[in-house]
Amino acid sequence: MKTDELIAMLAGDAGAVAPRVWQQRYALALVAGLFGAMLLMILLLGVRPDIADAVRLPMFWVKLAFPAALAAGALLAAVRLSRPGVAIGRAGAMLAAPVLAIWVLAVLALLGAPEDRAMLIWGETWAACLVNIPMLSVPAFVAVFWVMKSLAPVRPAVAGAAAGLLAGAVSAVAYALHCPELAAPFIGLWYLLGMLIPAALGALIGQRLLRW
Amino acid sequence: MSANEERLRELLVRGLAGDEAAYHECLKLLSAHLRGFLRVRLARLPDDVEDLVQETLLAVHNQRHTYDPGQPLTAWIHAIARYKLVDLLRRRAGREVLNDPLDEELEVFAVSDNDAADARRDLGKLLEQLPDRQRLPIVHMKLEGLSVTEAARATGMSEAAVKVGVHRGLKALAALIRNKCEE
Repeated sequence: MKTDELIAMLAGDAGAVAPRVWQQRYALALVAGLFGAMLLMILLLGVRPDIADAVRLPMFWVKLAFPAALAAGALLAAVRLSRPGVAIGRAGAMLAAPVLAIWVLAVLALLGAPEDRAMLIWGETWAACLVNIPMLSVPAFVAVFWVMKSLAPVRPAVAGAAAGLLAGAVSAVAYALHCPELAAPFIGLWYLLGMLIPAALGALIGQRLLRW
Repeated sequence: MSANEERLRELLVRGLAGDEAAYHECLKLLSAHLRGFLRVRLARLPDDVEDLVQETLLAVHNQRHTYDPGQPLTAWIHAIARYKLVDLLRRRAGREVLNDPLDEELEVFAVSDNDAADARRDLGKLLEQLPDRQRLPIVHMKLEGLSVTEAARATGMSEAAVKVGVHRGLKALAALIRNKCEE
């Protein structure tokens, strides 16, 4: 087939294309992923029984805000990495800021209570955190990968990592409603690691699955 | 491309809105631009240029929904072309070690960018490997120029199935090219 024939073939009846389809697709994936994570959390783990008291504690909101902020940064990164010729831009800074913020809080907490340091870091549920955040991230992981696969990431591994991190962060928001821990060092370490597991998995899978 | 970029962008935007003639013109201008862009970067593999031009055009078409009219067209096009170029070189790096028929007679004479050399890989042959539900809609609509309704009648498929068949078929064609080269 000559190139001119190919062009005629591609141009023939190509039809109109909706502008900025990725916005709607990502919005849908996010809603589906959050809904899935919440559902799994309620069915398999349960909302913490003392949630009515917990909402009065500032650290409860910090624990929600940290993954929510990371989700926003990861979403921006994923959207930008999904399309050719778009630089990642501020997304890197948006990802670094919440991590730095929680680490500052963690250091302050550790300095403020030297005798409780082991408890502040390890808590009582660190292992559950590492299992449950990746587990609750599965619906969002599938949904975000689905969207990304329909777009055109030119750096499949990096894009896959952003997709995985987004899924992990959405999952951590849901998990925060179950998890009894409230210490900043715990959140800055185990929540972050829990979210990085799907991110690493995303990089591995993305390398193969996201090629086009 | 700067001089042509605005014209090319305008044609693409009109094409994305459904203007078939503008889209056709856009792809034609684009193929000449891509040929120049890739020829410089594939100086050592001149026989592969036309294949890569075709592969990139197919990618541009398949991914045209990822273009944002507010984005510089050059950045978008070159990112796609570079992605396909790197993909080709990576595939080659694995194979070239075994048998490298590196051209004895390097074609040095200057060729204008509009002269398409023959592609070595025949997309028409690859097309034949697609399943009927994708191949037939492409053949009827894209090669014979039938409308969706006519193609649906000719194949006995629904109009929705015809459209899906074309869309998936062209993506499958891009995947075939990738996998074929990996063998």
